[in-house]
Amino acid sequence: MHLIIRQGRIVDPTQRMNRIADLGIEEGRVVEIAGRIRTRGRTEIDARGLIVAPGFVDMHVHLREPGREDAETIESGTRAAARGGFTGVACMPNTQPVNDCRAVTAFILERAREVSRIHVYPVGAITKGSRGETLAEIGEMYRAGIVAVSDDGHPVQNSQVMRRALEYTRIFDLPVIDHCEDKDLAAGGCMNEGYYSTLLGMRGINPAAEEVQVVRDTILARQTGARLHIAHLSTRGSLEAVTRAKKAGIAVTCEVTPHHLFLTDADVAGFDTNTKVNPPLRSQEDVQALLKGLASGKIDVLATDHAPHTLEDKMQEFDRAPFGIAGLETAVSLVMDRLVGKGIISLERMVQLFSVNPCRILRLADKGTLKPGSWGDVTFIDPELKVEVRSAEFLSRSRNTPFEGWRLQGGPVRTVVRGKTVWSL
Amino acid sequence: MASLRSKDLLGIAQLSVEEIELILNTADALKQVAERPVKKVPALRGKTAINLFVEPSTRTRSSFELAEKRLSADILNFAASTSSLTKGESLMDTARNLESMAPDFIVIRHSAAGAPHLLSRVCRSSVINAGDGMHEHPTQALLDALTVREKKKRIEGLKIAIIGDIAHSRVARSGTLLFHKMGADVWVCGPPTLVPWEYHRLGAKITYGIDEALRGADVVMMLRIQHERQNEAFLPSTREYFNLYGLTRERMRLAKPDAIIMHPGPMNRGVEIESEVADGPASVILEQVSNGVAARMAVLYLLSGGAGLKPEKLRR
Repeated sequence: MHLIIRQGRIVDPTQRMNRIADLGIEEGRVVEIAGRIRTRGRTEIDARGLIVAPGFVDMHVHLREPGREDAETIESGTRAAARGGFTGVACMPNTQPVNDCRAVTAFILERAREVSRIHVYPVGAITKGSRGETLAEIGEMYRAGIVAVSDDGHPVQNSQVMRRALEYTRIFDLPVIDHCEDKDLAAGGCMNEGYYSTLLGMRGINPAAEEVQVVRDTILARQTGARLHIAHLSTRGSLEAVTRAKKAGIAVTCEVTPHHLFLTDADVAGFDTNTKVNPPLRSQEDVQALLKGLASGKIDVLATDHAPHTLEDKMQEFDRAPFGIAGLETAVSLVMDRLVGKGIISLERMVQLFSVNPCRILRLADKGTLKPGSWGDVTFIDPELKVEVRSAEFLSRSRNTPFEGWRLQGGPVRTVVRGKTVWSL
Repeated sequence: MASLRSKDLLGIAQLSVEEIELILNTADALKQVAERPVKKVPALRGKTAINLFVEPSTRTRSSFELAEKRLSADILNFAASTSSLTKGESLMDTARNLESMAPDFIVIRHSAAGAPHLLSRVCRSSVINAGDGMHEHPTQALLDALTVREKKKRIEGLKIAIIGDIAHSRVARSGTLLFHKMGADVWVCGPPTLVPWEYHRLGAKITYGIDEALRGADVVMMLRIQHERQNEAFLPSTREYFNLYGLTRERMRLAKPDAIIMHPGPMNRGVEIESEVADGPASVILEQVSNGVAARMAVLYLLSGGAGLKPEKLRR
């Protein structure tokens, strides 16, 4: 056997498994899980004390290439992802040029083949240039390899266009990922509208700017029967809308980011632009609702919305700095410490949120599971690892984290893709 | 309390009641400098102040300049239009360059909230906020407090009505924070589109009716509509605004007979305030301007390490 992972705690909800066992991989695929595999592997990994999980997939990442290679490249972004415990990332189309046609999709996949040791799953634009006017050539991009469509960052304002997108993607069974934001309601805001925006005198983004789009989308998804995925859901009202829609049988799923779980708008008070993100950091009330939703299963996915920006871009006046946080290299440790460690979610639930559900939503065949026959993509986590967030050590080209200096317990120690170690501590 | 805790004056939010009182008492003492034939004291001799006005300003800039001159500081003026900020230099680089000239004070006016806070993180010199976006304008609140205290002999227990475009006003925010800290009964009033719904948590009572705001008020502070900060239509027309919220003589009858009227300027006559009221006996608008110099002198003096001022020390 090519690789045997010895005596790790295998946590795989798709097999209702949470036990110490050996895992064998051959030709890049899982072939056996047993208490003790008798044969010897060409390579063996001692996983005693470690959690062995199906490879984590971050379904919301900005790799910036092509166009802003000074902030991130496919190479640096995927290295950061591997260090963060991810065996795959879905990259958003708001590059320059926008990934709205087959050529850009093909370029991204070609670059990924050359420089990335993990999987890269491109997300195509919904509309040409993400301008929200006419549908992009979704079929062409689908043939080139996109796994979803989204106009992330430039959300479709015109409801008729959104309706057409939801109808059209049914041909390919592609999910439509929406960054829900009514641009008129958001009105040029740069933080959550509430007490802190009032105190700090900054233009606020009303929670309603997100919520009206979530509700609009669920109505359109019901009519069209399409698959809708709400990106970086951040308010209590949005979660209520998604929960209502699910109860009504609408095919909607949603993700939340770590920063919307562990920070609030109170953290903006020092005018640190590393707390400027869209959707904005919300109120304590919203955070509580999201944490409850995670525990009760109302939220499907944890995704980082990894949005690298250069120091020059971030070291500006708050209202001029771009939105975004580099999230790939902190997400798993944050979730281990603040959610699993505090008993808010179980290990199994974490694996669902980071692996099983994103793979299911993106229809990634034989991924998000360690069942024999599936791909040997494995994330190793040491629950005892002491982590201090130091952006200087990031493999990402950017350093824009609001978690600098946080001390956390638990984190990724090794990432294996198709049976090969692509990163280890 | 004999000095300020911070090296900077970023906002009223960071000041304690004792610090506010210290500044006001110091300003009272320094005010007499303006009454002398030679309007200058050597308190800041050998110190340098840089006035970095990235957003246009006449009143505040000249007031700071005069305050610095009366304390004998050396002055360097930067205006937005002539500085390298128009050549694409970032604020941080501008700040670092200015810092290399080793000034003692950087007085900054900027259109972005938090710009002085950004500066204060990289500068050793004292950063004084002369207005940052829609956030704070602490020296304006201090001069307003000085004026109120002078006229009413106290601040605690007074009903202070701030009326107008609350949402876009740093004067309203700093004023609310200060007067609330000092124990006044602060009311903010304007159309709901221009009054943030969370304002009550800053310590103000909110009303959308001007009569309720004026009833029994000791101090009426009028604000102009800040069209330049409004990126959408908050109001149907200025005429309708004047009908609903304009300060007229008839409306002023609701306030206490000895109520005073304030305005931070610039004033738009016929929009938020009738000329007769603005120029009437209750108006203290011009006294606010002269108090502005004293309040800013006090801030500069205290930040330079000056202990609580004993008025007799100033008398020669």
